[in-house]
Amino acid sequence: MQEQEEETPVFTEECDIAVIVNGHRYEQRVPVRLLLSDFLRHDLGHTGTHVGCEHGVCGCCTVLLNGEAVRSCLMFAVQADGMVVTTIEGMAGTNSDLHPIQQAFQEKHGLQCGFCTPGIIMSVHAMLHENPNPSDEEIRHELSGNICRCTGYQNIVEAVRLAAERLRQQQMEVQ
Amino acid sequence: MATRWFGARVQRIEDPRLLRGKGTYVDDIDLPEMLHAGVLRSTHARARILNIDTSAARVLPGVHLVLTASDLGEVLEPSPLLVPHHALTQPRTQLPLALNEVHYVGEAVAMVVADSRYIAEDALDLIDVEYDPLPVVHSLEVASAKDAPLVHADVPDNIAAHLVQVVGDPDTVFASAPHVERETLLMDRGAAMPMECRGVLARWDEYEGMLTCWISTQGPIPIRNGLAAIFHLPEHKVRVIAPDVGGGFGTKIMMFYPEEILTPFAAIRLGRPVKWIEDRREHFISANQERSQFHEVEYAFDDQGILLAVRDKFLHDTGAYTPYGIIVPIITACTLPGPYRLKDYYSEFTVLYTNKVPVSPYRGAGRPHAVFVMERIMDRIAKELNMDRAEVRSRNFISPDEFPWDVGLVYQDGGPTKYDSGNYQAGLDKLKALLDYDNFPAMQAEARKQGCYLGIGIGCYVEGTGIGPYEGAQVRVESDGRVFAATGVTTQGQAHFTTFAQIVADQLGVNPRDVLVTTGDTQAFNWGVGTYASRAATIAGSAMHLAAVKVREKAKRVAADLFEASPDDIELANGKVFVKDAPHRALTLGQVAISANPLRYAYGENARKLMSMNLAGPRPGPALPPERGGPGLEATEFYSPPHGSFASGVHGAIIQVDPKTGMVTFVKYAAVHDCGRVINPIVVEGQVHGGVAQGIGGAFFERLVYDEEGQLINASFMDYLLPTAAEIPPIIVDHVETPSPLNPLGVKGAGEAGVIPVPALFASAIDDALTPFGVRVREMPLHPCRLYELLKESKG
Repeated sequence: MQEQEEETPVFTEECDIAVIVNGHRYEQRVPVRLLLSDFLRHDLGHTGTHVGCEHGVCGCCTVLLNGEAVRSCLMFAVQADGMVVTTIEGMAGTNSDLHPIQQAFQEKHGLQCGFCTPGIIMSVHAMLHENPNPSDEEIRHELSGNICRCTGYQNIVEAVRLAAERLRQQQMEVQ
Repeated sequence: MATRWFGARVQRIEDPRLLRGKGTYVDDIDLPEMLHAGVLRSTHARARILNIDTSAARVLPGVHLVLTASDLGEVLEPSPLLVPHHALTQPRTQLPLALNEVHYVGEAVAMVVADSRYIAEDALDLIDVEYDPLPVVHSLEVASAKDAPLVHADVPDNIAAHLVQVVGDPDTVFASAPHVERETLLMDRGAAMPMECRGVLARWDEYEGMLTCWISTQGPIPIRNGLAAIFHLPEHKVRVIAPDVGGGFGTKIMMFYPEEILTPFAAIRLGRPVKWIEDRREHFISANQERSQFHEVEYAFDDQGILLAVRDKFLHDTGAYTPYGIIVPIITACTLPGPYRLKDYYSEFTVLYTNKVPVSPYRGAGRPHAVFVMERIMDRIAKELNMDRAEVRSRNFISPDEFPWDVGLVYQDGGPTKYDSGNYQAGLDKLKALLDYDNFPAMQAEARKQGCYLGIGIGCYVEGTGIGPYEGAQVRVESDGRVFAATGVTTQGQAHFTTFAQIVADQLGVNPRDVLVTTGDTQAFNWGVGTYASRAATIAGSAMHLAAVKVREKAKRVAADLFEASPDDIELANGKVFVKDAPHRALTLGQVAISANPLRYAYGENARKLMSMNLAGPRPGPALPPERGGPGLEATEFYSPPHGSFASGVHGAIIQVDPKTGMVTFVKYAAVHDCGRVINPIVVEGQVHGGVAQGIGGAFFERLVYDEEGQLINASFMDYLLPTAAEIPPIIVDHVETPSPLNPLGVKGAGEAGVIPVPALFASAIDDALTPFGVRVREMPLHPCRLYELLKESKG
């Protein structure tokens, strides 16, 4: 028994981190084994990032890390030290209007229970940044890292198409 | 009054909140002083528990409580049997924690409560359970074998239930039938896999003497009643809330999952809130599953392709327990006749225990199996007689003038299996047009010349929906004119906040956005059952309608008194209540609500306006005359259907099979759906899309694989494949609307429909594509490797 206790790894080590989340800088001391998803949800209260499988397949926990879509359940909070994180709460911010991607999901009925939705919207955000004018096939391929159990994906694909169109238009107006 | 919102493509009211990440799922709620629970689960499918040593876990810093069966006292009771049935002679339900024996891998053995989930899981690792493994029943085949090991030592032959039902005189018909054929058909296990796993948060407030539980469930009211009984609390001192629920699909219409008892137990014991959140690995081995059945079916038909009689005997795998009775196999037996004029039918099923996760309904609930069997029969008749598959179905359809059609069986709710309305041929005609069915053979022949194997399949079904016992609704106009509308059912993505609002808005002449719907909170509405069996829109929707009608009538009476007019001359529209043909004589709905409540201290803008209008002077008698029926504009109504309403549909697909790899891709998918009058087409189409995607998963990707030790060997999303956007094709949806005569809205259920015919039509399409190889599909789900094997077997 004594021996067993000694073999039990100790995870009490903590570490100071500084992370910018949705434009706010947070300096916090966290256990080294704390998942980024738990840090965002329970330490910072950004519960819009959901956790669906904790093994990196379902995509519910997708956030942007320095602009890139990552699975926050597969990362430790300490790995985000010094980085910029955007979660679903950062998409429209405090604006009364939704972000064009969110708006497109509303108009095309791209969500039902809403649990996978934040992760999908973050993935779509990254996808459209890379490829502002994707074909349906490209949309479906890019979405294949996110599982939705409610919608059958059809309306999500339509929402992404609509969002892409509007974002391109917005871009042109800016230029 | 003409309806305006009912039937309109209203965008969902709940969306902005969910899109901003502002939904509230159970794990989003963090309470002060909250502790976290973890559950130790059996690693054996069947074993005696010799000893549980929790000493190391109890002393780990940060651990507050370790529970095993012996710590539970009188709470250590088997869960209730939810739906008893005379044929279920050997029911067994689960203890909150296993006592002397475990019966499946994943069964709860101990719970730890600690400062964090991390520490709770550390402590689980320190619990040492000594098991004495026993022989395992891992399949229906083993369960039904002679001298099989027993799942429960006191249940002979592993038989939980046995039921025979006979309609007409099948023996006589079989004896004289021109053609009689036999088939064996197998359906294996799958699971609902909502994206949000289960979860429970319990808070004991000792000042109020109140237990509050947030549970990711489809049935908070029965759970509230059950918890009150278990903990000897008055029902009004237990509040159960199903907040936003991230998908349910049946797996969350259950009571009790052990954690639903253990978490409040720990919270009461410790006097601190306790949260338990299931992880995906746990979900795979502890949330209920479904689908496994083995059918041996005989069928008789004549030279014209008319089905004369069916004799179906099947085995149903209920897993280690029967928490939900024998609802699933009963639904299978009642669904099998489908849209066809079957008058002589023998149905016999045996429910067997296995050492696997317990079975309760998963979207479709016994129906995909039945439709698979019946549609295989239809395909086979077509093949034997060299007839077109759609034509065989048409010849057997019940025609629109034959309703109500009594199948002759007792349905899951104890009522008759009596189809209220339908037009099956209209659905099939629409489907054939959508798929360009008549031109498919030419397309197929052309493709085959290029070495490309295309197949077309169709699947027809009738789905019992909208069953009782009842649901209710309370509708109340508040002082600002917005409408509170509450019901006991829950919402897991079905858009109730929108569809119920549409129903109420039509009656009260307001915008649906001003109808604030509350579901799944026992404090908001005390009565009801839950969301299952495609019943929420039909039953709770009808109750909403009835309550809203009553409120409208009261608003008319109150306004008529104020305006000194007849109630018949009062109208409600655009948030106003006014005298017909004199729209200047108008009040807002909120003002009428205030005047319906004889307050001394009315406050707010509406109240000020109302007073300044000086409408009706002092009246004789009581301020609240009895004929008013109480203060305010409020009504509570209940709806209880005479029996279930029967929705229907026809789906079809064109697929392409690669015989070299066994891979299948969808070229086209179309669904024609009839759920009576449609409240919101956007929502119904979304339900069909999602159902079809789950159906495709259940036909070609998703199969839970247990090894001989009863270990689920694909218990992760890496190995149990949920279809993604890359696998699901675009789905064309069309509607037939045959209103239900049973309820005031004419609606039928739509939630489960999409999933039901998919295995059947998939098998049909594969047979068709692989006709040159002589493949005949007799099992579901398939997967590329299995299809490749079938190809090899057929070649061999």
